[in-house]
Amino acid sequence: MSLIEITEVRKAFGDNEVLKGINLDVQPGEVIAIIGKSGSGKSTLLRCINGLETINAGSIAVAGAQLLPDELHLRALRLKVGMIFQQFNLFPHLTVGGNVMVSQTVVKKTGKAEAETMARKMLDRVGLGHKFDAYPDELSGGQQQRVAIARALAMEPIALLCDEITSALDPELVQEVLAVVRELAAEGMTLIMVTHEMKFARDVCSRVVFMHQGRVHEIGPPEEVFSNPQTAELKQFLGML
Amino acid sequence: MAYHFDFSWIPDYSGVILKGLAITVELTVVGGLVGLTLGTFCAWGRALGPNWLKPIVGAYVELIRNTPFMIQLFFIFFGLPSIGVHMNELLAANIAMVINLGAYSAEIIRAGIQATPRGQFEAGASLAMSPIQTFRHVILFPSLQRIWPALSSQVIIVMLGSAVVSQIAAEDLTFASNFIQSRTFRAFEAYLLTTVVYLALAVLLRAAMRGIGVIIFPRRRRA
Repeated sequence: MSLIEITEVRKAFGDNEVLKGINLDVQPGEVIAIIGKSGSGKSTLLRCINGLETINAGSIAVAGAQLLPDELHLRALRLKVGMIFQQFNLFPHLTVGGNVMVSQTVVKKTGKAEAETMARKMLDRVGLGHKFDAYPDELSGGQQQRVAIARALAMEPIALLCDEITSALDPELVQEVLAVVRELAAEGMTLIMVTHEMKFARDVCSRVVFMHQGRVHEIGPPEEVFSNPQTAELKQFLGML
Repeated sequence: MAYHFDFSWIPDYSGVILKGLAITVELTVVGGLVGLTLGTFCAWGRALGPNWLKPIVGAYVELIRNTPFMIQLFFIFFGLPSIGVHMNELLAANIAMVINLGAYSAEIIRAGIQATPRGQFEAGASLAMSPIQTFRHVILFPSLQRIWPALSSQVIIVMLGSAVVSQIAAEDLTFASNFIQSRTFRAFEAYLLTTVVYLALAVLLRAAMRGIGVIIFPRRRRA
């Protein structure tokens, strides 16, 4: 059974239909890269999967749980799917440790000691155990993004959504974040990432989704999509890079 | 013309002065704590609350912000007894302070909430926090930090405005100075002393608000 089932999803902002019937099934452990021009709907699709945008038609299910627009269903789904943002979105008033602990103690009602153990474990996993007491504004962009990854992991999600997580970083900081993602992929985490890192997509992903004008235009293993694009639009997109 | 200062009355009226000072401080502390709590709740209600709550909070805030404080005070103390709600002058003064600061601070705090980047709400939501949990643990403190200087000024304005409660015979600092000058006829000295005490209170209160800010916002705000 697929872990994430996206069926005929449509999403419009006013008169502007951004997603025009998306179908995508993701198997456990798959790493999916979504590529495409800006405005093709790739970020919107990702945001729909954990309910940050409500869909107009179609259905989304994660591990059998339907995405429904009420508070209870949304929260159940978000416990299964973590999300990492382009702008990190760390909480500025909390330390690094506090950032990783807060959702555990508030949402899962985990005890403080247990939450701290989990936080330290996850921060070690992204190589930032020593920054536990630092504040976000004392970290580089790459470090902040790794904290955001640790924060998402601390909720023990079964899948992670990554929305252009290296796009706001200086070039020299991109690799440290990608290295963490690469490790997660190797450990079998299910990942769906919107990315412009084509080399990374080629090396790490099991499938690549090329979106164009609100539709899945091409989909396949990276070697096929990158080496043998079938459509003029994908050829043109890859040619631009 | 030569004016002879005479402060010799101070020992005789020190009790009156100290009592007035205590009442002004009490009105400010209670009005500040309860008023800011009410203001925070109203700011949440107007910015993020359920749709049925927004117009109710809006009506309260606009009613208070568009009428004189003295009329609010008179309404509570002289008006309400007509419909059977009686209270002593100190309670009436406290209630007037709370509802006044509640309304003004609600608008200041709301500005802080609405300046929050959307990503903070989304990060809370994506971690499975409910909207209330996100507000309480993610949004509130940085919002208060953003507007803390404005909020501090508003608390001081309300403290100075508390002088009006002497009009319903609440025995605050202003009441004490009126009382003293009517007994001693040393108006210049009595009001000079009161001025100095209010000034000192305001300076202390500003320092206290800054100190509270340093304690509850461990991180200095950037940009």
